[in-house]
Amino acid sequence: MTTMMNPYLPEIATVLEVIQETPNIKTFRVVLNNKDRMAKFKYEPGQVGQLSVFGVGEATFVINSPPTRMEYLQFSVMLTGEVTSMLHTLSPGDQVGVRAPLGNWFPYESMKGKNVVFIGGGIGMAPLRTLLLFMLDNRKDYKNISLLYGARSPEDMAFKYDLPDWSSRKDMTTVLTIDREAPGWEHKVGLIPNVLLEMNPSPKKTVAITCGPPIMIKFTLQALKKLGFEDDQIVTTLEKRMKCGVGICGRCNIGTKYVCMDGPVFTYAQLKELPNEL
Amino acid sequence: MMSAKYLAQGDLSAWLGALAQGRRVLVPVRENGAVVFRPYGPGVAPVLSRQADSPPKESVFPSTERLMEFSYSKDPENLGKVALDIKETVNAPATVVFGGRPCDARGFTVFDRVYDTKAIRDPYYAERRASTLFVTLACDAPETTCFCNSVGSSPVDADGSDVLLTPVEGGWLVEAVSERGKALLDAPALKDAPASAQEQAKAAQEAAVAAMPPAWDAAPAAAKLIEKFDDMGFWDNVSAKCISCGACTYLCPTCYCFTVTDERSGMKGERIRTWDTCMSFQFTLEASGHNPRPTKAYRLKNRVGHKFSYYPDIHKGPIACCGCGRCIKLCPVSVDIREIVRLAMELPTATAGKP
Ligand SMILES: Cc1cc2nc3c(=O)[nH]c(=O)nc-3n(C[C@H](O)[C@H](O)[C@H](O)COP(=O)(O)OP(=O)(O)OC[C@H]3O[C@@H](n4cnc5c(N)ncnc54)[C@H](O)[C@@H]3O)c2cc1C
Ligand code: SF4
Ligand code: SF4
Ligand code: FES
Repeated sequence: MTTMMNPYLPEIATVLEVIQETPNIKTFRVVLNNKDRMAKFKYEPGQVGQLSVFGVGEATFVINSPPTRMEYLQFSVMLTGEVTSMLHTLSPGDQVGVRAPLGNWFPYESMKGKNVVFIGGGIGMAPLRTLLLFMLDNRKDYKNISLLYGARSPEDMAFKYDLPDWSSRKDMTTVLTIDREAPGWEHKVGLIPNVLLEMNPSPKKTVAITCGPPIMIKFTLQALKKLGFEDDQIVTTLEKRMKCGVGICGRCNIGTKYVCMDGPVFTYAQLKELPNEL
Repeated sequence: MMSAKYLAQGDLSAWLGALAQGRRVLVPVRENGAVVFRPYGPGVAPVLSRQADSPPKESVFPSTERLMEFSYSKDPENLGKVALDIKETVNAPATVVFGGRPCDARGFTVFDRVYDTKAIRDPYYAERRASTLFVTLACDAPETTCFCNSVGSSPVDADGSDVLLTPVEGGWLVEAVSERGKALLDAPALKDAPASAQEQAKAAQEAAVAAMPPAWDAAPAAAKLIEKFDDMGFWDNVSAKCISCGACTYLCPTCYCFTVTDERSGMKGERIRTWDTCMSFQFTLEASGHNPRPTKAYRLKNRVGHKFSYYPDIHKGPIACCGCGRCIKLCPVSVDIREIVRLAMELPTATAGKP
């Protein structure tokens, strides 16, 4: 290897485990084949990686396992197109390429000593999971932690293996919601922004972190504003079509900002500074 | 300073032959009616009388290149187990680009700030850039579409070049611009330049600068384009003729966007990078079906915005357009980037043509 790394060259990794999360989301737990690299691998909550299926291509996913639990790197993949379809055919033992970590991360340092409200919709729960687990592993650094997680139906809820813990913990509040009534569902029914207004979290010394489909984000922002959250108290992540992930291919810019380098995490205040091209 | 040399017209092929020893030399040649850069060899006649239609961008940044090879192999002990191997394929042949214009060489300085930085280095680009030298020909007859003097350059700008040639009586004055360029001057075809040649070159350079249409400073466009960002009437209007063919970006010496695709046949394959264009609908189309740049007006806004506003903002000054005018000359429907920028700056639009 030369002194300077080739930023396009993936590392080879092995799929340890595949979890069918929902009808169209699968989770992959992978380890880098180079044990030394795996042991030294460093990343921050919110950073992303590119997964490669050689012969098909690369696509971007959040590393949704926290750096405080480093047995494997976890990616949850929603079926959308070519690469994601191919990823969905993988089974344990299969080889993939990993290019990570890429991008910026959640400003967890500046959130210390504050309350944190997580608001996740659908696959948008993936980045939140990383930060939530990271905060639970550093619990004393943060005040009240609450989570509002919504999906279309009970089947569409990912991370079901986490939900019993999150729901029963005394040191966090968990509210789950689905869009429409479903048999056997014992939690909330209703769209995320409405349930958020009902929850009525106080903006005082609080940060709200939201991620989900664009339409959910739009109405969640409105709800947060109604609740009195300031723009710099709201954190979100952006999705853009990405290729290189390192600020070169020129694909993911919004004005002067490149989502792959300056993002994917932005505060609402930062988003307002950008030209209107989301 | 290095003393200048003189190349007589009759010695051109001797020097090209010497440069081509152990290197690839790319020269502008006529091919199917267009002037394009191709390898020099016996019988190849360079066209030095006018700007090439396509820039020598491929010399350093090929339109298609292999980034890596990969192969899958079955473990003979356990046929269910498949191993994967990846091989990096950086390929940087020693190259001289001969007879490009100052704008052509300067184009790569726009790339350098993105492809080879302290933080991130693209080895394919950086190594090819390091192995490529530019022997540039100062312009003596700017074209009507040229506007390098409005984007911080000039027809005799040596930025990005290693050697600068200036036409003089019976040949060229040959000056080394970089350390690497000096080595190229050590050739029997080059003679010590007489004082008269140096004077003629100086006069020719002054004449070239004077021959340009009046300069207008494009720097204030950075702020003006942001002011116009949400004025979709403006962008719809300036993009009305555009047919989204992408020619403007493929022919541009400063456009550097790419896509990456895999090709596989059986157990082997390669990952390939190809030029891409922000003028295409697919460029920013997301998995949800959402497209932040849904119409050609948004896409042209990004092209102009990137060159004249975002890039200068990020890199503290330099404009990502070298004013070569190719996108104007070769656009099938005559979209004129100068006009768009000047409209945004609220300047009169009549820039085309000689005074
Ligand atoms: C920062 C970031 C984090 C992400 N995290 C996750 C995650 O944790 N889980 C998850 O399931 N998805 C995530 N995505 C989205 C995921 O990258 C895309 O769904 C995926 O790239 C689609 O790949 P594909 O090859 O299957 O689709 P393609 O076959 O390439 O195309 C299908 C459709 O998806 C579009 N598309 C292709 N690539 C992208 C892309 N990178 N972003 C948006 N649209 C794209 C195409 O334009 C087309 O409309 C993230 C995206 C970004 C930018
Ligand atoms: S060359 Fe002209 S028509 Fe083609 S994409 Fe560019 S501006 Fe549009
Ligand atoms: S934008 Fe047009 S004038 Fe500017 S460098 Fe590119 S092709 Fe030349
Ligand atoms: S993905 Fe290439 S510049 Fe951001």
